[in-house]
Amino acid sequence: MARILVSEADFDAGAEITALTAGRTDIGGIGCFIGTVRDAVPQAGAPIVAALTLEHYPAMTERAISRITAEAERRWSLLGCTVIHRVGRMLPGENIVLVLAASAHRQAALDATSFLIDWLKTKAPFWKREDLADGGSVWVEAREEDDAAAARWQTK
Amino acid sequence: MITILWFAWLRERTGSAEETLMLPEAEITVAALIELLAARGGGYAAAFQNRRTVRCAVNQEFAEPEALVRAGDEVAFFPPVTGG
Repeated sequence: MARILVSEADFDAGAEITALTAGRTDIGGIGCFIGTVRDAVPQAGAPIVAALTLEHYPAMTERAISRITAEAERRWSLLGCTVIHRVGRMLPGENIVLVLAASAHRQAALDATSFLIDWLKTKAPFWKREDLADGGSVWVEAREEDDAAAARWQTK
Repeated sequence: MITILWFAWLRERTGSAEETLMLPEAEITVAALIELLAARGGGYAAAFQNRRTVRCAVNQEFAEPEALVRAGDEVAFFPPVTGG
């Protein structure tokens, strides 16, 4: 049911929302998350990011995302779901990822959106490399906060 | 014969994106495969220097160190994921 797309091309969030809701009168709310490239690491003196390169494991990526959207659909009554993740080289300010979750009521839409991005960050095979303004490059390290954010959705 | 894929900084350290390997036994654990590869030294030893920072997938599914690898499998090594 979910629309899943992994692409080098940018996406149009407005057009994706329009496509998700076209002809529907049962949707009461749409949760939306857009991840974008920022140029500054939030630490004093950290180097400026000139570009971000997203690498992925093509044979595994869509399957991993399908698992995550299926889990969201199992947990919440979703009336639509879209996940678009870009790969390749992106400049600061550009879009990286779009998550949409539509439901009859806002709480399911908002919670599912939050769940989807938390699990995408920790369970889908993507890796970010920051190309720095000084010419160097560094692979982004996984953050414990992301693991903690994903873990809060674990069912007991 | 298995196929081994390397991603992100593991690919940079091994200098290889994809390679094939003849298994010494019919099936071995991921942990044993890592020992085998790390024993090559050089970039391979460097790739597995801190094993807590290495994740594995067997046939496109996340796999734990005790998972089994058999002929025909595709094994991928990569750092913890950082998408989204």
